[in-house]
Amino acid sequence: MAIYADNAATTKISDAALETMTKCMKENWGNPSSLYTVGQDAKEVLEISREEIASLINADPREITFTSGGSEADNQAIRSAAAIGKRKGKMHIISTAFEHHAVLHTLDALKAEGFEITLLDVHENGLVIPGEVEAAIREDTCLVTVMYANNEIGTIQPIREIGQICRKKDVIFHTDAVQAVGHLPIDVAADNIDMLSASAHKFHGPKGVGFLYTRKGIPLTNIINGGAQERGKRAGTENVPGIAAMVTALKEACAGMEANAASLSAKRDALIKGLGAIPHSALNGDAVRRLPGNVNFCFEGIEGESLLLLLDDKGIQASSGSACTSGSLDPSHVLLAIGRVHDVAHGSLRLSIGEDITDRDVEYIIRSVGEVVEYLRSFSPIWRDLTSGKKQFIL
Amino acid sequence: MALYSEKVMDHFRNPRNVGVIEDADGVGEVGNAKCGDIMKMYLKIDDDVITDVKFETFGCGSAIASSSMATELIKGKPVSEAMELTNKAVAEALDGLPDYKMHCSVLAEEAIRSALEDYEMKKK
Ligand SMILES: Cc1ncc(COP(=O)(O)O)c(C=O)c1O
Repeated sequence: MAIYADNAATTKISDAALETMTKCMKENWGNPSSLYTVGQDAKEVLEISREEIASLINADPREITFTSGGSEADNQAIRSAAAIGKRKGKMHIISTAFEHHAVLHTLDALKAEGFEITLLDVHENGLVIPGEVEAAIREDTCLVTVMYANNEIGTIQPIREIGQICRKKDVIFHTDAVQAVGHLPIDVAADNIDMLSASAHKFHGPKGVGFLYTRKGIPLTNIINGGAQERGKRAGTENVPGIAAMVTALKEACAGMEANAASLSAKRDALIKGLGAIPHSALNGDAVRRLPGNVNFCFEGIEGESLLLLLDDKGIQASSGSACTSGSLDPSHVLLAIGRVHDVAHGSLRLSIGEDITDRDVEYIIRSVGEVVEYLRSFSPIWRDLTSGKKQFIL
Repeated sequence: MALYSEKVMDHFRNPRNVGVIEDADGVGEVGNAKCGDIMKMYLKIDDDVITDVKFETFGCGSAIASSSMATELIKGKPVSEAMELTNKAVAEALDGLPDYKMHCSVLAEEAIRSALEDYEMKKK
């Protein structure tokens, strides 16, 4: 039995994307900046890829910049909006407490450079309230950056409403859509999005490739300086095979999106029901407004890393927000942001299921998690204190 | 590449001396839930010799393995010898721990020491 349930960390490249990639490496290996035939052939692949990505999110090809992935796209989007703001004397940025570190650490760096950062509450259900975005916008706000869907608890933000508010207030709106692209329908025009980050390896494309959508008229600031690639905004010989494979993967993901989402949500809900029956457990994040493949639970009285190791022994590969798995002393900032206390946050489990999961896998996961949680509780001193009444249950 | 040595995984998967001693002569508990590790040690001591030891642990794989190994290292030993148990000895017996997990072996040393101190206190 081998069940990969960590698709939020990365996905396996699809056969078609892999084929595109190797074919491109063999046949279109030229440098797109070269003027002779092999170079221009590669250039053609690159520009067709740009058109296809643009059409999949309802953008213009000139609004797509290829990057090395989600982190770079986030860095460039935020740095660019901050530079525009700074030129106008607007140095206030609004974001949320549970963004990916690619966003939060960039904001930390900007704070050290004199920017003021407001992190919005994401409440117990892991959702931003649009009215609170509106209330937080000031005269000197230059950017609102709110992730499309959270990578740990899968909650989907009211992006269109937030975008509408930002449009009205004339503030740039960026969204880290790394977990959403390929899984949820994205329309940057209808959703009022000014900038959007995406990463191929989250939708069965290769690692190390992604893109940044930037609405026409918003000038980008370079993160990588050098040659004149990507209209001078991102130096470095383009990763043409990776970019072409990303297009294949995204086309596949979008073609199968509705069917996949329906089947995944049904399995997600079965997992939520099954795991919710484990005593003193709780679902993290809103039960409905969440990614089709995301399940995230806390189990009181146990620690996440030991849970993961024992699940791995049973063939189930998942992740946790416990401190031990993050290599720091604190558990996941996402779980803390939705109000989980440390004791409980250490005992978290994230299952991010993929299209290959079966109903039998779902049953097996529910049974296995139940067994492992019960086993770990059987010699947990916290569980003893909770069951003997020495300590109060939180969940 | 494995996260832990074979020894750590063996003690994690098949922890020795798990459980409780109801009429323990010494009990020690260290760590806290906030940090994600709690170890509790129970000792049975006859004539200043540790005749039985049991543990309960809330924590990661290396915390469980460190507790298990620590109990093995002191079982059957005189109290004076058990007092000398170091975290280094626990980690070495496990064929090493990743740097950021060394605190688990420290916790095991402290849990044993705390249980022994409890025993000494009760004896008085
Ligand atoms: C929400 C989110 N943003 C950004 C990233 C970073 O993407 P990448 O790994 O492509 O740099 C990830 C993935 O780890 C993510 O989940």
